[in-house]
Amino acid sequence: MSGRLAENITFFARALREAGLPIGPGAVLDAVEAVEAAQIGTKQDFFWTLHAVFVKKHEHSAVFAQAFGLFWKRRALIEKIIATLSPHSPGAPPDDKKPDAGALRAAQALLKQSKNEEIKEEQIEFNARLTVSEREILQRKDFAQMTADEVRDARRLIETMQMPDDWVKTRRFRPDARGLRIDARRTLRAALRSGGNAMHLERRERAEVHPPVVAICDISGSMAEYTRTFLHFLHALTDKRRHVETFLFGTRLTNVTRALRRRDPDEALARCSEEVKDWAGGTRISTSLHRFNVDWSRRVLTQGAIVLLFTDGLERDGTTELGREMDRLHRSCRKLVWLNPLLRWGGFEAKAEGIRAMLPHVDEFRPIHNLNAMKTLVEALSAKPSLATDPRAWLRRAS
Amino acid sequence: MAALPQSIDETLTLLQSGDYVADRALATVIFLALKLGRPILLEGEAGVGKTEIAKVLAKTLGRDLIRLQCYEGLDVASAVYEWNYAGQMMAIRLAEAGGATDRTELENDVFSEKYLIKRPLLQALEPHVNGAPILLIDELDRTDEAFEAFLLEVLSDFQVTVPELGTIKAAHAPIVIVTSNRTREIHDALKRRCLYHWVGYPNAERELKILKSRAPDAPAKLSQEIVSFVQAIRKEDLFKAPGVAETLDWAQALVELDAVALDPELVTDTLGVLLKYQDDIQKMQASDLKAKIDSLKA
Repeated sequence: MSGRLAENITFFARALREAGLPIGPGAVLDAVEAVEAAQIGTKQDFFWTLHAVFVKKHEHSAVFAQAFGLFWKRRALIEKIIATLSPHSPGAPPDDKKPDAGALRAAQALLKQSKNEEIKEEQIEFNARLTVSEREILQRKDFAQMTADEVRDARRLIETMQMPDDWVKTRRFRPDARGLRIDARRTLRAALRSGGNAMHLERRERAEVHPPVVAICDISGSMAEYTRTFLHFLHALTDKRRHVETFLFGTRLTNVTRALRRRDPDEALARCSEEVKDWAGGTRISTSLHRFNVDWSRRVLTQGAIVLLFTDGLERDGTTELGREMDRLHRSCRKLVWLNPLLRWGGFEAKAEGIRAMLPHVDEFRPIHNLNAMKTLVEALSAKPSLATDPRAWLRRAS
Repeated sequence: MAALPQSIDETLTLLQSGDYVADRALATVIFLALKLGRPILLEGEAGVGKTEIAKVLAKTLGRDLIRLQCYEGLDVASAVYEWNYAGQMMAIRLAEAGGATDRTELENDVFSEKYLIKRPLLQALEPHVNGAPILLIDELDRTDEAFEAFLLEVLSDFQVTVPELGTIKAAHAPIVIVTSNRTREIHDALKRRCLYHWVGYPNAERELKILKSRAPDAPAKLSQEIVSFVQAIRKEDLFKAPGVAETLDWAQALVELDAVALDPELVTDTLGVLLKYQDDIQKMQASDLKAKIDSLKA
């Protein structure tokens, strides 16, 4: 096969990488091999062959299609490649011209331009929305940097955190001298070692792990002052535990799990800040929960996940909708814990309509006096379930 | 055993001969996987025909189908091999009673293939009369990362190590099809090994073809209406949109009820075949079904 094809695929892979697809050098080799194997006859086949190798996630499909269009459109490249590859034609005359000097840069520029276009479109959409919904304010947020003390304290606090029901039994087993089940394999091996006179029964027990945690956090104006604390908390938790997924919402829902996986807390928070467009604006709790239920719940609420919902529950839109979405969320997870910072006012009662709509659908209601300190947050999560955390008790008291 | 297809068009014909109506994208991935000997990772909503692909391939290529259904806590003992402990213990007892003294010999005998119970992954690596089998690893997302990591090793070298017996390697690598409902993200390392394809809902034209091929009893007019109706409700904001499997079930249900055309009452009565969540059913019943059906017929 001509070196030109490999070269072009390498450039294309680079363009895809630029556009955010995770593509390693191995994939380029695979792609060349696949294109050679497929005996491509049409543009469509070429597209799907490269698609099969480069796209590893459904979400990347659209980006791939766009990049493909932009990249291979140039100089009728694709027709030439097909001409050389097609088993029906003996091969096109070799193209002696060197690739244009700026070919790669042009492709990248094209890709960049398309990104800008996307952003523009989004802004237009936002402007159009502004006319129907009065409260969507898009803005950036800058977090104060973490001090070294804060980072150290956070680590220590997360270590000590003990949420109730925070262990689930898996269906895997581990050796355990006091286990209830007999471990046949180890018993037999031990018996062989001892010569088989007396058999010592080895035992095993179910292994236990932490369940996944899914945090859904309100970052609207009324929650703005707590955002930094709970994002820092979630960053530390993401660092410590196996499965933590984080979603932020104001007027729209954003998944910031990948941003929070950055090790450095400042960097992680800065990433979040870039990804989220609706800091400290209005709230649409039911719309955001609806998006979560439809788009994400089946993907992240598996293996007995616990949902932590951080919101003050002050919803202005329809509360029947809110009740329905909460009900759906509640039935999709093992446990739904609601953290509400409204308790900072001494005489808090569950009177607001939104709160009354949400309370019947949570397992635990954990009001927090002061969400500004991570210590109180961890304490609130570690507290034993009691009357103070029982959502029904709060409902009764308020009625 | 049929020969492997030599082009994308042949792959399409092959699938067609097994009553599977595929689009060209899927045929391309299957062709490449067969040609390059790579596993295929199929992701998509439930009921779009992921598992069916493996079954159809096994049937049309005349290969054996070995299925590993994944579940939470799936371990080596149920996926690869296990020793027949009862048999082994019996053998030890008998040897003792017979006054056997050579421990090494006993150990070799007890840990031999006689007492090995082979599970799907090990079966797939063995030689088969009908050529390398199709190994279907179904719903991989249900198991945990630990098993996924183990699978990665099996899928890269097509070999398994049984400590007592040594390494067992496949002479001919099986054709591997992995499916996932995406209830959790599969690890990048495993995805890298595979050719990936997202199996989406079919468009109206393809769905009608599927219906004609899988439910030939349905009258043509009814089939047309069923497909238009299903396509229309997939666009609505439902918690779980109906898959192709539901379309086929519904068509069968309507045929059983001797229906020749859709009417609101019939749809209301049989909605449970199509939608599996009470919220969705309520929403659909509350909407103007008559207007919906009339607009389809127009």
